[in-house]
Amino acid sequence: MYDMKALYEAQSVQDAVRLRLEHPEAQIIAGGSDVLVQMREGKRAGKELISIYMLDALRGVSVDEEDNVRIGSLTSFSHITRDPIIQKYVNVLGEAVDQVGSPQIRNIGTIGGNTCNGVTSADSASTLHAWEAVVELTGKNGVRRLPIKDFYLKAGVVDIRAEDGEIQTAILIPKESYENCFGKYIKYGMRNAMEIASLGCSVNVRLSPDRKYIRRCRIAYGVAGPVPMRVPSAEAVANGSRPTREMIDEFALAVLLDINPRDSWRSSKAFRQHIAVEMARRALTESIERAGGVIE
Amino acid sequence: MNESLHKVGRSEIRVDGYDKVTGRTKYYEDRMPPEALYVRIKHAEKAHAIVKAVDKSRAEAIPGVVKVLSCFDVPDLPFPTAGHPWSMDPGHQDVADRHLLNRHVRYWGDDVAVVIAENEVAANQGVRALTVEYEELPFVLDAQKAMEPGAPQLHERFPNNILKHTDYRRGDYRAAIREPGLVKVEGWYETPTVQHAHIENHGCFAWMENGRITVVSSTQIPHIIRRVVGQALGRPWADIQIVKPYIGGGFGNKQDALYEPLCAWCCTQVGGRPVRIDCAREETFVSNRVRHAIRFHIVTWLRPDATIAARKVELWSNQGAYASHGHSIAAKAVNSFPQHYPCENMEGDAWTVYTNRPAAGAMRGYGMPQASFADEANIEDCARAMGMDPVEFRRLNVMPQGFHDAFSGNTNYYDSFRQCMDRGAQLIDYARKREEYSHESGNIRRGIGVATFWYNTAVYPISLETSSNRMLLNLDGSVTMQCGETEIGQGADTAYAQMAAEAIGLASYRDVHVVSCQDTDITPTGLGAYASRQTYVAGFSIRQTAGLLKEKILKYAQALTRQSPEVMDIADGKIVRKVDGAVLMSLKELAMTAQYDPVHSEHITAESTYTIRNNAYSFGCTFAEVEVDIQMCKAQVKRIVNVHDCGSLINPALAEAQVHGGQSMAIGFGLSEQLLFDEKTGRPLNNNLLDYKLSTFMDHPRLEADFIENPEPTSPFGTKALGEPPACSGAPAIRNAILQATGVAVDKLPINPHTLFAEFTKAGLIHDPWREEV
Repeated sequence: MYDMKALYEAQSVQDAVRLRLEHPEAQIIAGGSDVLVQMREGKRAGKELISIYMLDALRGVSVDEEDNVRIGSLTSFSHITRDPIIQKYVNVLGEAVDQVGSPQIRNIGTIGGNTCNGVTSADSASTLHAWEAVVELTGKNGVRRLPIKDFYLKAGVVDIRAEDGEIQTAILIPKESYENCFGKYIKYGMRNAMEIASLGCSVNVRLSPDRKYIRRCRIAYGVAGPVPMRVPSAEAVANGSRPTREMIDEFALAVLLDINPRDSWRSSKAFRQHIAVEMARRALTESIERAGGVIE
Repeated sequence: MNESLHKVGRSEIRVDGYDKVTGRTKYYEDRMPPEALYVRIKHAEKAHAIVKAVDKSRAEAIPGVVKVLSCFDVPDLPFPTAGHPWSMDPGHQDVADRHLLNRHVRYWGDDVAVVIAENEVAANQGVRALTVEYEELPFVLDAQKAMEPGAPQLHERFPNNILKHTDYRRGDYRAAIREPGLVKVEGWYETPTVQHAHIENHGCFAWMENGRITVVSSTQIPHIIRRVVGQALGRPWADIQIVKPYIGGGFGNKQDALYEPLCAWCCTQVGGRPVRIDCAREETFVSNRVRHAIRFHIVTWLRPDATIAARKVELWSNQGAYASHGHSIAAKAVNSFPQHYPCENMEGDAWTVYTNRPAAGAMRGYGMPQASFADEANIEDCARAMGMDPVEFRRLNVMPQGFHDAFSGNTNYYDSFRQCMDRGAQLIDYARKREEYSHESGNIRRGIGVATFWYNTAVYPISLETSSNRMLLNLDGSVTMQCGETEIGQGADTAYAQMAAEAIGLASYRDVHVVSCQDTDITPTGLGAYASRQTYVAGFSIRQTAGLLKEKILKYAQALTRQSPEVMDIADGKIVRKVDGAVLMSLKELAMTAQYDPVHSEHITAESTYTIRNNAYSFGCTFAEVEVDIQMCKAQVKRIVNVHDCGSLINPALAEAQVHGGQSMAIGFGLSEQLLFDEKTGRPLNNNLLDYKLSTFMDHPRLEADFIENPEPTSPFGTKALGEPPACSGAPAIRNAILQATGVAVDKLPINPHTLFAEFTKAGLIHDPWREEV
């Protein structure tokens, strides 16, 4: 039995906005795979909940009129992984969210919840950062869009304005971000399933038409800092370079200039740094190969 | 008898199989009275302290809260919790060192107070609203540190926190090590605190009727729990009735009185109304029982011919805060060495030491997974030191055929160790792979390793072994049977049905209805499920009781058939004449006649108790093949093969499943599981299923099991231990495979990425150029 004060079931996005304005202290609940766990632990005990789970309008993946890949915030991880649009344009995102928890969690968990939770270890987060996703929020003033890096404010805190009745309604990946891009996500965990990332690394590349040069490389980590982060020092090494072993090694080591993982009982900083380098090396290698490049 | 008529040795479908897979089986929560009050426990948030006061006022004010009770309200009756048979010798009785709720808090998670409420939410709110005032004491988490002078003391009666120390001296170790030309192989080996993590958390509920208390509990040992509840509440034992329904696993955690005494007492405090205690997973990890973490120091002296001249074993077993099963585990561990690799000159010392950690109790293998890890790691290092193949070294030194242990009376009747290793080596293609992986280099490396173990089936002669059984002939010719040994998921009921059908002469094991639920008011006294003894000990009483039942049936048949009982037998559910096989009548016909005969009506039953005064060696080995990703600091098990000699198999499919479960546990023990504690506060860090790394389906290769079926001479069905053995040799086999792959000997479990990162760095296998730059 959950210790909840009240549960309000939103009937539409507008209704959800109204409920949020009426109950500013209430917690939004989608799939519940994070919120209910926290409630059971006593962290959110006694809270009011606003459920948006019935809002089917927020489910599904499409390509909108601006050619963005648009992922409704309530789309489950399983649906993202199996979606043909995702598989065609941002396959790595489908692979990344397929590593969340267990099949049951992937059926109930949503990408909106995964990002709104604001945690650095979320399996979708590093890939969304590496693909420069845009977060769409809907509130009393209409729609607000912001780059995902600005959405994450600090550990566990995202830029959603409860006072404006905002809820997250979609995640967009612009065409410029996905076109001709190929990537790889590596999750490092202590076991092969039912795991929270000790470190997550997502890399993607766009090669020159002759595939001899890396036109653009983007790399982002989860758990390398309080929020998911890009690694500009490493990207600078790869951008415009030929895909050589030496370049990849230099790229991997450059990661350490930017990341700042924690020392905790879960993993030491030294361990996370060591793994981060190896993950960058492997993720870039695989990304180049997926893009049809040959490593010299 | 025709082979096909045998009911044992067949892979029959579990008697409880269909209900379990379709969700019909009833566990304790499914039998819950709807009006039961919720008891929720306030656990100490200090590792070591004296409770000065408990402020109940805020909790009592919460709507729905019925009663709040604290450590100041409980009777001053210290009680033991171990699920051991009662001993008539006070010197062998378990240590009574805890109260229902404790004023002297000895670990983070100790039980301080309870809130009893009408619903779970109110009970949890009540627990959060309690304020406990503590006087903090220094604490100690490490067994050896707890023995140091000046260490914090947990229990007055046990100076230096030593619960018990035992030793043995065989031959003359000190003289033996002076033999010229010996090679010394020394190591320190450590195993972690792990938890059983059975699927169903422990829980129970209690109510009073006619002045007696009934407790329905998720336990392995109903008859023992009755005694402990009686002790803890200061009531006559027969005032207590314990009912054990189906349970979702136990692995030894439920071979202990967990919350049954507290639940029974809370019931008495609310006028006998039904009350329930349901452990959350977080509580199960910390406030039930754990496996003893054990540190070993082993010195082995080898002659140039690779035989063992002398060996010394010391171990320190981390008992945690309360005695529970106590020194039994360390004793079992230290005593395994002289029999596993017998040598003339041995010294052994074992200390069991209180610390401010969760209480350690029974867990599958009872000290042997720990001992097996240390022993088989050291033996592997010995083989390396002598430049010998590990299998060859073991063949040379492991317990020989004919070995006899005077204490237990056990004999190694066959050459089981060598037979098991030969079979395992063949199954995994050991020789070829050992050669193929002998010069691994590069980042991905493979290796293959082996480890062996022996295991005692039952607890004779340390404790009583008794088994009682009751059989009733039903009107349809089937038999209803009650056993004191419990079904805890291992499939015991099915094995009992097969053995009974065999012994009586029924057509099918389906003609035996095993009453799975033990009820101490009704079920003949047995000691429950522990050690690896259920099938072995129940076998004696089943065979004996079946004999009595058969005698009664044939005696009744005499009047109906005019044949002497001596010339008749029961086969395939029918009374037959032995000489010509003539079918005289069916059991159904006999049972109906016996019941409804107007002149001589009889209800045909049999009941008996068998006191078992034997034990039996069980043997086996594990071969593991691993792949190590050096840079990622990860080891994966690619193949794991166990071969067991557990005597004749009663049900081969269930035996195989038993091995799979043990292998799975061994993979977790070897590679990932460990309960962690904050050094600064003693707080458990990872008492949940996310942070405590049980190995998952994705971490397992296909699990492979095979058997050498040497019939056990002392058993009426030729059977012996298989419950715990599969959990014993897996972790060292994995360790030894990693050693072959990488050249790195890891002597501390679990061999997780953190451990490998440290070990590979030390060995120079991983190298971060940037580290020198900064």
